[in-house]
Amino acid sequence: MEDNVWQKETFSALRRQGIDLVCHVPDAGHAKVIEMCEADNEVDCITCTSEEEGIHLLSGAWLGGRKGAMLLQSSGVGNIINALAMPNTCRIPILIIVTMRGEYGEFNPWQVPMGQGTPACLEAMGVRLYRAEEPGQVASAVENMARLAYDSQQLCAVLLSQELLGAKDFRELAK
Amino acid sequence: MTNEISRRPFVKSLLDARPSGLAVVAGLGSPCWDVAAAGDHKHNMYIWGAMGGAAMIGYGLAQAQKERRVLVITGDGEMLMGMGAFSTIAWKPTPNLAILVLDNSRFGETGAQFTHTSGPTDLAAIAEASGIKSVRSVSTLEEVDGLKSFLFNEPGPVVAVAKIKYEKLKFVLPSSSGSYLKDRFRTALMGVGKATLP
Repeated sequence: MEDNVWQKETFSALRRQGIDLVCHVPDAGHAKVIEMCEADNEVDCITCTSEEEGIHLLSGAWLGGRKGAMLLQSSGVGNIINALAMPNTCRIPILIIVTMRGEYGEFNPWQVPMGQGTPACLEAMGVRLYRAEEPGQVASAVENMARLAYDSQQLCAVLLSQELLGAKDFRELAK
Repeated sequence: MTNEISRRPFVKSLLDARPSGLAVVAGLGSPCWDVAAAGDHKHNMYIWGAMGGAAMIGYGLAQAQKERRVLVITGDGEMLMGMGAFSTIAWKPTPNLAILVLDNSRFGETGAQFTHTSGPTDLAAIAEASGIKSVRSVSTLEEVDGLKSFLFNEPGPVVAVAKIKYEKLKFVLPSSSGSYLKDRFRTALMGVGKATLP
């Protein structure tokens, strides 16, 4: 079976939607898409020191007419809340892809509060959500949330469930 | 040395010399009022919130408009909140980006509390240590004139930290409507068609 199918399709979906500026604070669940962005000479792939930088970057890029997306982990959603004030009040499109932690099979209890709080925090800031539970849903979710964002000037998030990504087994890593 | 630079005439003299096409991102609080006081311009974007973000907003704009010079004018309070931006910008540099920090060592909008730059923190040194190659720190009127060519022409990203006087000044308010400011700015850059039906 082919490897990294949903990741390849997701990358293609981003590129089809004209997204050529991708920023991230990395997460294992995003690793393959980040690699594909870095390997594509037409994509600027920017590593941020903290997630709010990414929202500011996308806001500024749209002021200049460029479409971007941000990849982050659910813990990083806590860092972007006030940064979302600008795209919200200016009606600037935003697309974020969030890998979920703190849910299905989580080992690390410190991930639970922000993971469980992620949907409510995003909704409170006016972000439209779509949650993908199956690998086959991811690319079409990304493509259609990119459309909703950029065609209809919305703040959009695709949440990738921990069941889809697979939970890290810390006990195995400690062996 | 006593800081002798007064922010309003400084920003006005800078923007009176703005090259055609220059885009200006004004950070929240006093920098917005300074830029508005210098005279409104369709290539100005006033950021009334999202504290900490001005440098990265300018960087995103510089990434989108690679042929256009982008000048961010912000304060020490905002820059202290978003120092990581120096690292992010230095790693993937954009030659068209200039950042001017008006450093009065105060949180001017909230009661003039001292910021960390009144103490041991040096924003120019932080920019340099983050990897920004062109950094200037100025505190005298004689040095101010040279900043124009530094901010407008020197290959970026460039960062200038101007140590300025603390002054209590009247607010000069630009439009506060984010959607108006954004559409006006985008229309000026790319025309109404592309700006409003991308």
